[in-house]
Amino acid sequence: MSDPRLPMADPLRVPGPVPEGGQGHSEVPVFERVAVFGGVYSNHLALRALLTEVEGLAVDAVLCLGDLGAFGPHPDRTVELIRESGIPVVRGNYDDSLARGLEDCQCGYTDPRDNHFAHISYDYTFRRTSPEHRAWMATLPDRLRFRIGDQRVLAFHGSPRRMNEFLWETTTPQHFLEGLAVEHQTDLLLGTHSGLHWSRTLAGGGGYVNVGALGRPANDGRPVVWYALLEAGESAVNHRFIPLSYDHEGLAREMEEEGLPGEFIETIRTGWWTTCLEVLPGKERSRGKW
Amino acid sequence: MAPRPDLPVLTRGGAALAALRAAPRSPAAGVERRPSAFRVEPPPTVPLLALDELWFQVSGTVCNLRCRHCFISCAPDNHSHWFMSREAVRSYLEESRGLGVKEYYFTGGEPFMNREIEGILQDTLELGSATVLTNGTLIPPRRAEALAGLAGASPYSLELRVSLDGVTASMNDAIRGEGTFNRCMDGVRQLVAAGFLPIISCMRSWPEPETEEVLGAFRELLAGVGYTRPRLKILPPLLMGEEESRTRGYEDTEFVSHDMMYGFDSGQLLCSRARLVTARGVQACPILLESPAARLGDTLGEAVGRDAPLADAACFTCYQNGAICSNAPSGSGLDR
Repeated sequence: MSDPRLPMADPLRVPGPVPEGGQGHSEVPVFERVAVFGGVYSNHLALRALLTEVEGLAVDAVLCLGDLGAFGPHPDRTVELIRESGIPVVRGNYDDSLARGLEDCQCGYTDPRDNHFAHISYDYTFRRTSPEHRAWMATLPDRLRFRIGDQRVLAFHGSPRRMNEFLWETTTPQHFLEGLAVEHQTDLLLGTHSGLHWSRTLAGGGGYVNVGALGRPANDGRPVVWYALLEAGESAVNHRFIPLSYDHEGLAREMEEEGLPGEFIETIRTGWWTTCLEVLPGKERSRGKW
Repeated sequence: MAPRPDLPVLTRGGAALAALRAAPRSPAAGVERRPSAFRVEPPPTVPLLALDELWFQVSGTVCNLRCRHCFISCAPDNHSHWFMSREAVRSYLEESRGLGVKEYYFTGGEPFMNREIEGILQDTLELGSATVLTNGTLIPPRRAEALAGLAGASPYSLELRVSLDGVTASMNDAIRGEGTFNRCMDGVRQLVAAGFLPIISCMRSWPEPETEEVLGAFRELLAGVGYTRPRLKILPPLLMGEEESRTRGYEDTEFVSHDMMYGFDSGQLLCSRARLVTARGVQACPILLESPAARLGDTLGEAVGRDAPLADAACFTCYQNGAICSNAPSGSGLDR
């Protein structure tokens, strides 16, 4: 078995953004260029590729929005890579479930098929995540505040009000997001959880950015995975979504060796989601194959 | 698997109830215990955490069908609640922006009996996603195409939720009426041809262990009309309205007591995040259209300011099954 730890360049060991409530807004760290990812889902090969790629991006911070485990093989490899890198991590619902020893991932599926696969994924991940890593997950913050240029940023997993809330592009109204930004006193809302990257510009120049998932393709028939690069602009934060190629075939083979369901492996190889489809709104689901 | 430490939160469904019955919890200091076999006044109440869902009783209690399980006894001649006008809906939509509403739902009765429904959906889709709960019998090709046009013009999703209560004409028509199976299947065919992936909802009228088999039969049936990846939503029976005479009503012991709410996450209940507007005022949820206790005000402003009382026996079904009326779990139950 290869050593899952990757030596990290010092520039990535940034002083992390402070958890919400830790300090006043004026005292939060300020960055110019930040790489943000979430939904790693035990895809340690994609994470390794990302860590290498961001070294060449001249970022002054890297941030993970949670859900280190799910779907993929050897969950401890991902956790070890992340912990070794020193990258700040926001707690996702998967991390929260593992930390608290809950029965399931808190995605709340009611469809029997989705539930079946969600339990296989969760039970495997729970069994293969060390107690020490689970205890560490319990220490992760729910939200982080920082600035990019002069813009206030609030980072979370699902939404600022609920860690496991899905914010989909076609079911999240503009007025709803603008209400969240006002209520939570921020310009930019930064989340993941749903697994599909998308963004919206809000009144007053703020925005919402869903950074997508690093561990699972975006249900578009391509095996690449996604993260976001955010940069201070003149009066707003500019962002772009970046597709990441990695050794997805290697991951698929590891999943086969671990006896994970063929449905999970198919997603990695083809880019089409095969499970956890119940929560997708009609439009997002129409763009997929299943 | 490593043993799971004690679960701190009761989760949805019968498991929560079973846990309460099997292992009564110690009362919190200052909380008086009451015998749970007796209904108490006042009933437990649920605060509105956020108005995530706004429901419209857009065709009142008027329906072209007379289903034998309808929990509010909708029918062609049931005029106890009348249609909502496009103008009335528009006014609520405008109000909803400031209330942070996330999703809009349209029910009845049969929403496509409302002559203004397409205009209503057009207005709604300018603001957010819309879901129509329909019996699928009033969807000729022209309507399916019009709906596809509305959906295509909006950045938001238009969901069609079609009720089909059996995998054969005899199974469905025994509940929904003669000839409805074929008419509904025609509607599904039109929607699929127009590019929709309708959610097929079905009341569970069979013993629970047979569910997997029935779901398989549904998939086969729907594939026959070109719908090869259906989303199926199985709903528990609500033992009220017509269903009360078809099977049974709620037992005296089937209600939500204060004891049952102890340690229960009320975010699982629809009334913690939704309200239903009708032509006659605002109710706590779409199931309790006729309940005087669930009437929370004449205006939406009044109704969002009031807690919802769990005074009706149907609240017991919601307690056991979670917010079954929503399209999908929206991440409730974990407020942190």
